[in-house]
Amino acid sequence: MNARNVMVYYRKINEKAHDVTFRSGAFGRVKLVLFSVFRAVIIIGMSYIILGPVINIVSNSFFSGSDVYNPSVFMIPLNPTLENYRRAFVRLDYFRTLGYTLVYIVTITLIQIFVCSMVGYGFARFDFPLKKLLFGCVIVTIVLPAHVIMLPLYQHFRKWDVLGIIEAVTGEAANLLSSETPMYLMTLFGTGLRSGLFIYIFRQFFRGLPKEIEEAAFIDGAGPWYTYFAIMLANAMPAVITVAVFSMVWQYNDMFYARLFSMPTSHILTFRLSTLQATVEFADQVKDPLISQLAVYAGITLVLLPILFIYFTLQKYFVEGIERSGIVG
Amino acid sequence: MKRKIRFTLSQKRAVTGLLFIMPWLIGFLVYYVRSLVLNVRFSLSKIEIMKIGGYRATYIGLQNYRYALLEHATFNQILVNSIRDVLIDIPFIIFFSLFMAILLNTKFKGRGIVRIIFFLPILLGSGAVLESLEQATRNITGGASATIAELSKTNQINIDYFLYIFEDLGLPVALVDYITGLVARIFEIVRASSVQIIIFLAALQSIPRSLYECAKIEGATAYETFWKITFPMVSPLILTNVVYTIVDFFVNSEVVDLAYEVAFTNYDYGLSAAMSTLSTAVVCLILVIVSALISRKTFYYN
Repeated sequence: MNARNVMVYYRKINEKAHDVTFRSGAFGRVKLVLFSVFRAVIIIGMSYIILGPVINIVSNSFFSGSDVYNPSVFMIPLNPTLENYRRAFVRLDYFRTLGYTLVYIVTITLIQIFVCSMVGYGFARFDFPLKKLLFGCVIVTIVLPAHVIMLPLYQHFRKWDVLGIIEAVTGEAANLLSSETPMYLMTLFGTGLRSGLFIYIFRQFFRGLPKEIEEAAFIDGAGPWYTYFAIMLANAMPAVITVAVFSMVWQYNDMFYARLFSMPTSHILTFRLSTLQATVEFADQVKDPLISQLAVYAGITLVLLPILFIYFTLQKYFVEGIERSGIVG
Repeated sequence: MKRKIRFTLSQKRAVTGLLFIMPWLIGFLVYYVRSLVLNVRFSLSKIEIMKIGGYRATYIGLQNYRYALLEHATFNQILVNSIRDVLIDIPFIIFFSLFMAILLNTKFKGRGIVRIIFFLPILLGSGAVLESLEQATRNITGGASATIAELSKTNQINIDYFLYIFEDLGLPVALVDYITGLVARIFEIVRASSVQIIIFLAALQSIPRSLYECAKIEGATAYETFWKITFPMVSPLILTNVVYTIVDFFVNSEVVDLAYEVAFTNYDYGLSAAMSTLSTAVVCLILVIVSALISRKTFYYN
């Protein structure tokens, strides 16, 4: 029996099996149609629940003051205006803030990828004493709510010092608050925003790669560092993209650390958005909360645009990456 | 020279491995272990904040805990409410995300777009955006995500009437409450389950196709296939998802906000630390119990 025959035979079996499940004839077809309708209803309904508020926000951001008080206006404004966008644009100082934010999240993401993949590789491929216990600690950092370490961290960065060196030189410990430095430092030492999860993802991924590549590299005289940088990291693209997207999105959305380290609002776009309504009310003399809310809607649209752009460009790789990156077992 | 020779290959690799994890190890010790210890110490002391930025701690024993649990106006209630909410949501989030993952895993037109839509909530997760989103949600009149109470106002439907009918039908009140509660918070639940959907989807795709083919040849129905193949194969991920749900829930819960407010508005570090420690202890307890319960029933393929 040659290969083609096997294929034909196999297909026949498959068709039969299909018939068994869906019971050939009209009954089976009705069942299939019913299932498709059911699926369509559920999916469209759920999509509406997710998209509804977003559509509402976007349409509201074009409303003018008179539309807000016109009860016959729903979703489509009668007097569309760009005034809200102008206000949000000016009060957010959009391009400047966005520039700072992008530099910040991209740097953080690069550090995350670099550090977490390194640590993940260390856990995946080397044996050292207490390895299981230490990896348990990584899990602990995933599970532990961040607010339990909030106050000591605040104090730590309020008077930041390494073994008293800074105090000896400048006479005073450095105050790292009101800047992004604490976040850079924490990320650099593998304890940034959800770093534990990223370490876990990388470890799972590296464990799934065949050992033979590294053995070949070793025999060819490559050291562990060279192997890691030149071979393993290049092979870990699915995991890298997964981590990159998650890291960027979560860092972009993060308010907890931004608030805790009182990062400058002029540098963090989402953080600035949280004060937009107050700013508009104060600076533009808009006293009506319903109307100043419109500027916030415009602001949200503006804030979501870049992250949506990043997501849409990467989403194909992202979904594929997640499926292959070993989050699963 | 002699010493160098004594290093075996495995010892060398152990050292390299430690070097690889060194950044994390330092960070863990400095930022986590130290902070945890300090946090417990804070919670056992009265903290006075100095003007130059330091603090002085005087040991006062369990007074902060006693105050948080017995005297503070809202802490008790908020903690209990958060625990109740998370326990109510978990079964539904898990069920819902598994269900959606199975639907999204079937072939249909426009699957790519639907997948993008379902992962959108991850992008909408920021604090400021969320607040406004919730506001916007409430403004959609007649939308499925409007709360029951508002539904009854805007659409002139008397929800209470239907609730009475359900109760007259003999359904237990707790069940009716549970379902109406879920419907009222459907938006939050859908939003909270997007990562879980991704994880289940990935799990579904990693199930070997041959298992399904076998089942088909043996004449198994779709129902049997689900319970004998799909469910056992994704069951390890149920634990992952439950843990993720609990952790994610407490990151954004009111308990955190309260602890933050007490620390940075009232400058009562001791009390705030006590609150954080208490809520963390509760979260860890829930995690341990839940994972112990689930891992007993889990099936591991390998």
